[in-house]
Amino acid sequence: MIPSAFTFYKPDNIEKAISLMADFGDEARVIAGGHSLIPVMKQRLTDIKHLIDLSGINEIKGIEITGNQISIGAMTTQVELINNEELFKKAPIIREASLQIADPQVRNLGTIGGNVANGDPANDMPGLMQLLDATYKLSGSNGVRDVKAREFYEGAYFTVREDDEILISISFDAPSGGYAYEKQKRKIGDYATAAAGVILKVENTMCSSASIALTNLSDTPVYCDKAVDIILGKEIDKNILNQVTEACVEQSDPVADQRGPVEFKKYVAGIVIKKALTRAIERT
Amino acid sequence: MEKINVTMTVNGKEETLSVEPRTLLVHALREHLDYTGAHIGCSSSHCGACTIDMNGKSVKSCTVFAPQAEGAEILTVEGIGSPDKLHAIQEMFKEHHGLQCGYCTPGMIMRSYRFLQENPNPTEEEVRFGISGNLCRCTGYQNIVKSIMAAADKIRDEANVEKKEIA
Repeated sequence: MIPSAFTFYKPDNIEKAISLMADFGDEARVIAGGHSLIPVMKQRLTDIKHLIDLSGINEIKGIEITGNQISIGAMTTQVELINNEELFKKAPIIREASLQIADPQVRNLGTIGGNVANGDPANDMPGLMQLLDATYKLSGSNGVRDVKAREFYEGAYFTVREDDEILISISFDAPSGGYAYEKQKRKIGDYATAAAGVILKVENTMCSSASIALTNLSDTPVYCDKAVDIILGKEIDKNILNQVTEACVEQSDPVADQRGPVEFKKYVAGIVIKKALTRAIERT
Repeated sequence: MEKINVTMTVNGKEETLSVEPRTLLVHALREHLDYTGAHIGCSSSHCGACTIDMNGKSVKSCTVFAPQAEGAEILTVEGIGSPDKLHAIQEMFKEHHGLQCGYCTPGMIMRSYRFLQENPNPTEEEVRFGISGNLCRCTGYQNIVKSIMAAADKIRDEANVEKKEIA
């Protein structure tokens, strides 16, 4: 499979990349790891006349940790996230989730920036970033702005990013408490049939903080605010976990596809949510 | 479409190619440089038959554009052994019947080559996870895993002999 022809650019700084984006508008795309983009280019599902490779821009690579503040450059690969010991100490859920993305070869090239910016509801990082209440930094012709991960996604492949903007970094505070990212997939390398992330804290048997987000269960990631409201301040028992799971499933809105009909996906969603809650509680 | 020059080092030799930017790395290797070891299986980054080593990492060369490999160090199955002098991994695949039709084999070998440097003493489970980006429709994986475990032992033994010789 061969994509249609394009011209190739490899700018060495972000300003040059943004000016190319501004010049070419909708005809240009940036390429990070390319493992979402190249397959759709090969299938000719997208028409790209100008391809801008971001791999020459060092300022948007790498992981910076200052105290509890974590900042990850958009061009950081999944394997770099997995292998970074300091990141693992501060936010072990990143490694747990990253290891469930695709396969070793894909993780060697796939980046966190591409994963979150593409807007594919099947990607794992958008849900994870909503779980962590992360902030995306976008750089464009009109300067730099911050957008919350929970406000970034509008629909499948539609985000609030403007045509001339490039996502340059992602930042969040190191989470505290128990955590889990549970993903049900048909095989390694597949996207989730359903996936759920949970971070919560239990103090004196009461839930003192919580965050829950879902992957591939709607046309955007799902932040389960209603379920969080239910669990906060409550004693953790079987009854409350059932209520929380039900509220999460209620907020999901999956579509039928080759991974199954809606009823099946909601059923699997309930299972991964319950598993993630249980494991997060065990880890508190 | 205008062609551009891309320079990369393939199996230790610097090569400059004139290609359209849309040329995939696997096509550049196979058709421009005649390294036909990397196979095209699914051409959609699932099967891993096109796996090569790029800058010390396993990648699927069907999902990299040639210009993205500008300046890269590339290693294909042709670069790790020859019919007269097989690499330990190739020898063990031969000894333990780690292949049947052979189509996935260059990708399996190249992934194993890198995996055993990342993890020289793996468990069987780690081997299976390590090669989870490579599909084989013949073997059921059993003998591939056996071959890689045996190759790990052989490579470690060879390294120990070398150490002793130096001492």
